Amino acid sequence: MNLWLPMAAGAGALLAVASFVGTDWDLPPVDTEQVGYRGTGMYKTRDREKEAALKAANVVPEAPWEADPEGDRAGDIYENVQVLGHLSDDQFNQFMAAITEWIAPEEGCVYCHNAENFATDDVYQKVVSRRMIQMTQAINEDWTPHVQQVGVTCYTCHRGQAIPANVWSRDTSPTPAPGMAGYRAGQNVVAKYGGNSALPQNALEDYLLEDKAIRVHSNTALPTGTNPAGTKETENTWSLMMHMSESLGANCTTCHNSRAFNDWDQSPPQRVSAWHGIRMSRALNNDYLVGLAPLFPDSRKGPAGDVYKVSCATCHNGVQKPLYGVSMLEDYVDALSRKTQTGVPDYSTYVPGETLTLEPAPDAGTTSSLVPAQGQAAGERNVAAVAGQ
Amino acid sequence: MALLSFERKYRVRGGTLIGGDLFDFWVGPFYVGFFGVVGLFFIITGTALVVYGAAIGPTWNIWRISIAPPDLSYGLALAPLKEGGLWQIITVCAIGSFVSWALREVEICRKLGIGYHVPFAFAFAIFAYVTLVVIRPLLLGAWGHGFPYGIFSHLDWVSNVGYQYLHFHYNPAHMIAVTFFFTTTLALSLHGGLILSAANPGRDRTDPSKQAEMKTPEYEDTFFRDTIGYSIGTLGIHRLGLVLALNAGFWSAVCIVISGPFWNQGWPQWWSWWLNLPFWS
Repeated sequence: MNLWLPMAAGAGALLAVASFVGTDWDLPPVDTEQVGYRGTGMYKTRDREKEAALKAANVVPEAPWEADPEGDRAGDIYENVQVLGHLSDDQFNQFMAAITEWIAPEEGCVYCHNAENFATDDVYQKVVSRRMIQMTQAINEDWTPHVQQVGVTCYTCHRGQAIPANVWSRDTSPTPAPGMAGYRAGQNVVAKYGGNSALPQNALEDYLLEDKAIRVHSNTALPTGTNPAGTKETENTWSLMMHMSESLGANCTTCHNSRAFNDWDQSPPQRVSAWHGIRMSRALNNDYLVGLAPLFPDSRKGPAGDVYKVSCATCHNGVQKPLYGVSMLEDYVDALSRKTQTGVPDYSTYVPGETLTLEPAPDAGTTSSLVPAQGQAAGERNVAAVAGQ
Repeated sequence: MALLSFERKYRVRGGTLIGGDLFDFWVGPFYVGFFGVVGLFFIITGTALVVYGAAIGPTWNIWRISIAPPDLSYGLALAPLKEGGLWQIITVCAIGSFVSWALREVEICRKLGIGYHVPFAFAFAIFAYVTLVVIRPLLLGAWGHGFPYGIFSHLDWVSNVGYQYLHFHYNPAHMIAVTFFFTTTLALSLHGGLILSAANPGRDRTDPSKQAEMKTPEYEDTFFRDTIGYSIGTLGIHRLGLVLALNAGFWSAVCIVISGPFWNQGWPQWWSWWLNLPFWS
């Protein structure tokens, strides 16, 4: 009996049903934000239910208490306070209470501290935390072109978890076939850091760790042979852009007019923030996270053995302005708003459970090689002009 | 204009949907009818308003003239003439003239006693247009979601709206629509090639000085039976063509009306159902 037709029809019908019930459809009404001039199609539509859920998930927690800035300094009271010694005793304890809620609310103080002596560095999480506090201070002082005066705190990324929900590491699955057949330029599998598309799965490595050229756009209507970027490079860029869009709950038109992706004149000013954000993520990964590799046990690394790194999603968590632009910094302004001790210890000497004090390098480390110097953006056509608006 | 000798036979009274005998006449080769008059009114009004919009706009460059819909802030209300109101009136004129044209086709079908296949097919094009400028804006709650009337500007709109959903090639209805568009052109080219080959057989095999006889549909059927094992036939190819073409237009309308009202993420994310199928998840 000839059964292939009913079999195929049945399989097709089942897949059609699966596509209807298995995915997360929205229903009108939706809310729309107009980005560009009317009729240009530069809009962002948002589903009300999903937006309400996002709003509920992105609420700023209150400070444990209002700290008194007066009194003796923490550095004089406690031992081995390297980066927060300038705080008052009350500020120091308030910040410690807050950071416990932000990072390890269940484990409490002993997640980072030796219960018998809080001053020692023998718990590796404490050494990591110290570096992360340095990083947060550097973000708030050096990266105002991206974080503005809103700034960031540990909570911006951590949200009550020791490892932020949206970190990334080298994506190795599925394992490519051996030999020539295995070369797929990272494509045609699910790029979980590329918006679940089939675009290159490790594009973040090229742009948020390395410094590959993102700009693939030709400036002429017809090819002139001068643009070395081809489809492969373009799809790599696209993967990064998908990542950025998904991380921010935004879309391409948030930062670009698609009639000329390259043209700053036609781009919304948000593109300037994003431009700085790419460089900030790259700097944080290179200057702060990769260097911590000797500290982390394998269980705290990705499947390929690299440390977890930051991307746009780490802070943004699906929202265009993290935590809807509400600043948490004012309650912790002395602790986190400016750099204090910037020295970097030699992490390769660290032995968990044995190293009691990990001294920072005597001279102030360069916290970032990639910090935007004043006016650096002027090298980008019109960026500075747009940013000044 | 010349009236072909046999045409007079088909110029019959009646069959009108509205207006009785009032406009039941021809001007030259053109049937007028109530809907011809209404259609003409909308065509002239709409075109004049486009020209007016161009006149108050920044350019007379034919490529760059654009009549843009209102800002989203006007919602589903009327907008001032120079801030999108013009677009709203022109949209009414466009729909009025398209629908009049379709109904004029219906009247002509009735006069001739033929089926309504032509106005039915045209209705799909109108449906796609109405989906873009009425149904989707209504679902999204603002006329500003319509596309602008301009040669370049409407292309820019299409591009930006696609990129609102990150990668439109992942839109399932867009996939279906594109497949139908390509299949339509494939079927038409196969059909066109076949007809021309049967009508232009070249030199006679036995006597090369003579033109060979034109071939019959049996030859056409045999060609496709030999190549792919099946010929859909002389009438069937036209049914197939109609089905393919109408589906292309229909699924185009579907792919845009689900973008926004029923889906607000990037289209690649829609495929979570596929990634979550029990076979591999």
